[in-house]
Amino acid sequence: MRLDKTELALIGLAVVLLLGGLFAAPGWLIFLLTVALAKALVVQGVVMQMKAGLVSFGQGLFYCVGGYAVGMGGQFLGISAGLVLLAIGVVAAVVLAMILGLLMTRYREIYFAMLSLAFSMILYGVLVKSQELGSTDGFNVNSWTLLGQTISGGEQATHAVFVLTVIAAAAVAFFLNRYYRSSVGMTCEAIRENEVRVEYLGLSPRWINYANYVAAAAVSALGGGLTALATGHVDPDMAYWTTSGEFVFIALLGGTGSVFAPFLAAIVFSLVRTYAIEFLPNAWQMILGFTLLGIVVFLPKGLWSLFTRARVDAPVSAAPSSTSNTRTGGARA
Amino acid sequence: MKNAQSTTTRVAGRIAAGVAAAALASTMLAGVAQAAENGKFRVGIVTFLSGPAAGPFGIPSANAAKVIVEGLNKGALPAPYASKGINGAEIEAVIIDEAGGATKQVEEFRNLVQRQKVDAVVGYISSGDCLAIAPVAEELKALTVFYDCGTSRLFSEDTKPKYSFRTGLDAAVDNIGAARYLAATKPDITKIAGIQQNYAWGQDSWHDFTLAIAQTMPKVKVVENQMPKVFQGQYGAEISALSVKKPEVVHSSFWGGDMEAFVLQANARGLLDDATVVLTCGESALDRFKDQAPNGSIIGARGPFGAFAPKNALNDWFVKSYTDTYSMAPTYPATKMAQAILGLKAAAEKAGGGNGTVPTADAISDAFKGSTFESVAGTVKMDRADGHQAVQPISYGTYKYDPKTGKATIENVMTFSGDCVTPPDGTTSDAWIKAGFPGAKCN
Amino acid sequence: MLSFFAVLIDGTIYASWLFLVAAGLTVIYGVMRILNMAHGSFYAIGAYTAASAIGWYFADGSGSAGMSFLILIGAALVAGLVVGLAVERGLLQFMYGRDEILMVIITYALLLILEDGMKLVFGVNPYFAYQPYTALGRSTIAGLKVSNYDLVLIGIAITVGVALWAWLERTNLGKILRAVIHDREVARAMGVNVRRMFTLTFLIGTTLGALAGALTAPSISVVPGIGVEVIVLAFAVVVVGGMGSIEGAAVGALLLGLSRAAAVHFAPQFELFVIYGVMSLVLAIRPQGLFGRTLARKI
Repeated sequence: MRLDKTELALIGLAVVLLLGGLFAAPGWLIFLLTVALAKALVVQGVVMQMKAGLVSFGQGLFYCVGGYAVGMGGQFLGISAGLVLLAIGVVAAVVLAMILGLLMTRYREIYFAMLSLAFSMILYGVLVKSQELGSTDGFNVNSWTLLGQTISGGEQATHAVFVLTVIAAAAVAFFLNRYYRSSVGMTCEAIRENEVRVEYLGLSPRWINYANYVAAAAVSALGGGLTALATGHVDPDMAYWTTSGEFVFIALLGGTGSVFAPFLAAIVFSLVRTYAIEFLPNAWQMILGFTLLGIVVFLPKGLWSLFTRARVDAPVSAAPSSTSNTRTGGARA
Repeated sequence: MKNAQSTTTRVAGRIAAGVAAAALASTMLAGVAQAAENGKFRVGIVTFLSGPAAGPFGIPSANAAKVIVEGLNKGALPAPYASKGINGAEIEAVIIDEAGGATKQVEEFRNLVQRQKVDAVVGYISSGDCLAIAPVAEELKALTVFYDCGTSRLFSEDTKPKYSFRTGLDAAVDNIGAARYLAATKPDITKIAGIQQNYAWGQDSWHDFTLAIAQTMPKVKVVENQMPKVFQGQYGAEISALSVKKPEVVHSSFWGGDMEAFVLQANARGLLDDATVVLTCGESALDRFKDQAPNGSIIGARGPFGAFAPKNALNDWFVKSYTDTYSMAPTYPATKMAQAILGLKAAAEKAGGGNGTVPTADAISDAFKGSTFESVAGTVKMDRADGHQAVQPISYGTYKYDPKTGKATIENVMTFSGDCVTPPDGTTSDAWIKAGFPGAKCN
Repeated sequence: MLSFFAVLIDGTIYASWLFLVAAGLTVIYGVMRILNMAHGSFYAIGAYTAASAIGWYFADGSGSAGMSFLILIGAALVAGLVVGLAVERGLLQFMYGRDEILMVIITYALLLILEDGMKLVFGVNPYFAYQPYTALGRSTIAGLKVSNYDLVLIGIAITVGVALWAWLERTNLGKILRAVIHDREVARAMGVNVRRMFTLTFLIGTTLGALAGALTAPSISVVPGIGVEVIVLAFAVVVVGGMGSIEGAAVGALLLGLSRAAAVHFAPQFELFVIYGVMSLVLAIRPQGLFGRTLARKI
């Protein structure tokens, strides 16, 4: 197996994160990183669809399915093996996505966004109605095991979820990197650019979107499951539209330029938010809003363009596709 | 690791630099936060500062926290809290916003404890947040006082709490109290309807209330219950649906803007001409209802709080200081916050240690457990859930507005003792109500 | 029978409110292709401004209902125009031509900023401005007590809808706007000042949002967060009706309003799902919404 530069960087970064996290970082930072990376997996699901020109305002649906699978598997099925719980969430999300995908792939643009939002909100409604699942209060995730080791609170739990999340994030990013370079991944981008021409090539955009939708659901459910293990609690808010909106937000914050972008964006988002809350408890939303606005205005391709800008000679910026970018040229530092 | 570094490309180097910079920046900022820590007793105060719960609950609570902390630091409170600060150490309050859901609150709780190094956390209005925070508090061994959330599941699920306490009352108490008040004041009614927000709070409230009313008033029939989405604001269809059934009493656990909007609309539509409304959280809008809530509406304050608080030197001081600063009387969330902080002070001082020292979380929680302390709302006994849950009486009364002075007051107040409305340890509220309140000692 | 009648009345009242809330959103989307997430904030700003103005007008305890309506509408105009102009001139005009999705995010950031901004300006204490609502009294129609204010709301919604329609269909300016809706580039080639049209449209949209808030304020308690609650409802109306279509928004509002009222009266268990259920159903049958145009597939 030959590794390209991105993949090597990925492995290196994962190792640095693991070592740094386990030996140097304070507890709160480990937890913040864990949740940010887990959420970034959901964002990866959003980005996968964004590459094909579809914006899901309902990715919280699969995030929630993944989370509830972990919670309910422990609570009602008596399963405690963490990896099995995560797998149940992924399988449940895949099955759900295979059904919903049949309908969803007929839609584009804002209608796709709103229909995905509607499905997510229907799940939210069902969960709110389910008093045995604690309604809006949700319920706590029982103690669980990792490879036979019981994980129940304490530093050990924080570290276990952190390690699990970093490995899962690296693995997903690794495969996504390959996926985006595969013919299916490339076709997704072609669909975004011009769907009709893809059809002329003899390909079916609908079924490619379908496969992409299902894969995105699986990745997002994994993120949901990891979040549930980390926070130890699930509630229907995971499927509420503002949660999905946050994922789209983070996706655009990072940009679709690289598999690293969602991770970077999620970490930056979390850090900005937590310090805004600490220093300006009454106006943290405003700080968040201005920060994001600034990023969108000055870095329309997302935070990731900070890292690609150095290579101006790269063909990316030479592409004549965008006329709007030149408008902001003067504003860039 | 060496191997990885040698092959790291420029891009990866930049990423690493970026992440490192972010981490460095955050640890530096954390350093700033910690530098402020110089023997002060730092308390994290978590309550809603934004969103629909901020106005009715969050801001009065935060204001109360400021009044009490400032008063304690000056040593201005009457006995038994006349000593300065907590254990002689100055109190420093770190107030943060509870908005954003349980996942975010767990993250912020960890930040409070591990980054801001608070000595105790007082807060949480949302039951979902309480449920999620309780196990984390135990895990981090962080002393946590829940002051408002009402879920009955808080200590029944988490069976062996050590570091978490609740100085507010269980929501079941509100509805058992409401059922008892109705039985005592309106024994002849036969038709009751309800309107609740469709989320855990509303569902649980209605569940407890209907169970309790079946015990206290067996003749009563429930004719209708509406469950609109929380924060809906428009209740036209619900009010019609209730009116059609002609109930004599309408029970509602609505709070905040929803409650005020419902009362306004139901009054304007004539529903409240024929039916009396029971508002379990009604006291929080006492100053705003004016002539829009009919006289005789039954309102509660989730305990002996706000306008129902008993007359004592502590409460007189609190009401005066609060009113002087914020030009309005404290509502029940404010009283509850004051009570939680006083409970914390009482426990920390009972835990002892030299003057100016901050006792450990273990010492404070040992002292807190099963303690009895004086609060702005009378004497509080930490008498349930193995000494972690407060027991207090609950009061209900009727609304009375005087158009001349523009002031509202509460009449016909009835107070039910804690043991009359609180299930004993080892019994869930559900089972206790269904069994007909065995062992209840009513005054 | 009474219930059936009640569904009709309640549904129509709720529908007129929905229409007022959604009209501005659909106008902005139709012309500018901006899905304005901050629409709810304009609704909230309108509500706060109106509630403050009403509070000031009735401060001495007296006032007339007719005058209070003028104050409501005046407050909406001021709030919608001032904030709308500030946002359009100060931010959006530099963003035209960006990706549709990027515009969603920009308006979402705007929503966050405006939410806290409102908190700083108006505080978090609830505003109660019930005088116009109660001053009109109530009528009894076939045994059902109805607030006259709500009936007036139906009239206002119809007026706004007809006025918008007539303006778009019957005036020169409307025709120019429709040209922009139909094909922005050709319109520009024909000498239409598209940017000016954008400014105009955005102001109309924000003023409509503020108007909806101002007219709602007297019947509710104005608190932080009311804006966020209406966004998804407005989206649902607009998507059901077809993005950018005024008549679509009207029909969508009526459909959702009546469905919801029916659910409340006959099947309260489904009240929570009904809006999203109807939306999914309509989209499953007509992917472009009821009045949406199917776009030509451009190669």
